[in-house]
Amino acid sequence: MKGGLLSAMAAVFTRELLVFWRRSTEVMTALVFFVIVTTLFPLAVGPERHELMLMAPGVLWVAALLATTLSLNHLFASDYQDGSLEQLLVSPYPLSALVFAKIAAHWVLTGLPLALLSPLLAVQMALPTKAIGTLVGSLLLGTPILSLIGAVPAALTLGVRGGGVLVSLLVLPLYTPVLIFGAEAVAASAGQGFASVAHLSLLGAFLAVVVSFAPWASSAALRVSLD
Amino acid sequence: MTSHSLFSVRGLACARGDRTLFAGLSLQLDAGEAIHVRGPNGLGKTTLLRALCGLSRPLRGDVRWRGERTSDLAEEFAAEVAYVGHLNGVQGELTAAENLERAIRVFARGPDAALGVAAALDRVGLARLAGKPARHLSQGQKRRLALARLLVLRRPLWILDEPFTALDVAAVASLSSLIGEHMAGGGLALIVSHQAFELPGIRDFDLAQFCKVRS
Repeated sequence: MKGGLLSAMAAVFTRELLVFWRRSTEVMTALVFFVIVTTLFPLAVGPERHELMLMAPGVLWVAALLATTLSLNHLFASDYQDGSLEQLLVSPYPLSALVFAKIAAHWVLTGLPLALLSPLLAVQMALPTKAIGTLVGSLLLGTPILSLIGAVPAALTLGVRGGGVLVSLLVLPLYTPVLIFGAEAVAASAGQGFASVAHLSLLGAFLAVVVSFAPWASSAALRVSLD
Repeated sequence: MTSHSLFSVRGLACARGDRTLFAGLSLQLDAGEAIHVRGPNGLGKTTLLRALCGLSRPLRGDVRWRGERTSDLAEEFAAEVAYVGHLNGVQGELTAAENLERAIRVFARGPDAALGVAAALDRVGLARLAGKPARHLSQGQKRRLALARLLVLRRPLWILDEPFTALDVAAVASLSSLIGEHMAGGGLALIVSHQAFELPGIRDFDLAQFCKVRS
């Protein structure tokens, strides 16, 4: 039975990747948004290296946050419309496990590319080279939290008119701790504060809490939305 | 007074919003039996089916499978039911065959697929379109693909909401014979449909008798 569950989760995960591979514009939207937003800052603030460097951790993290928020609508919306979400609810496997597989795929398609792309944008924001490792690390730890937390409001607002904006309003306040620790970690290793390890450990702890909580909460939210 | 029916419903009441749709609904279904639920629009036929397969929570009542409450059985019960709702549950980006393969892996428990993907597609007349993305299929073809899911999963209880929608005459006949075979093999079926169809042995069930006089 256990193999059955893992195989079902793997099927949900790979199917999600396949669907988004064939509908790649949605994935690209979030990435391009991330690139454009971070590019706007040097243009608006001017190429003063020191000022850019001071802003860099915050700007990169806020842009990653907004890009993830933008992509949250894709998590359940199309499955909701074509009825495959309904089918998922009557599957003989725990819904939270299948939802976890969906969230994992969402992260692979948004959070992971954001983290991998961030070093390029960090150079543009004049972030010191020594802080780039921390930036990637903090995004690798932080973006899964964003996908996991975001799944709950994304599930709750299914079928609500104007749900997309509502998701942003609901989710952005919940993202603030991640933003604070993530940006602080990067700022610290750029030499503007305490050691970055503490912030990264807090992010890790946060991730551990959210992994155990969010799939369950969003599957409960799905049951409410589809009732 | 325990009922020995495979699937039994007693005293079921469902609401939509704050309006009670029906109350005191009871029905019994045994191996090889099928029920055709009838009633005018807005009576709560879809709500009934969704409540029976566990998608929505009824106000009151007792739904039992093999004598045990389905809410207690949870996933055990889900492994016995195949539900085809108004929405087809067909992913447009995946091909017809991929849709079914995924259904087998996500919904079948272990390797108990009843019919192979190719055979199921052939049975519903989609063999030629196996490699086509499902979004290029017509409404009726998507419906057939949703029904092919019934064939790749071995589920005793079929819950079908308007399964004949968008199907052509030949497909309607083929689906009725499919349900007939399912019953002959000891399967159970609950069907909501406005369409007349030929199926020997199916019982009519009028939902209106459990609805209060509506204002």
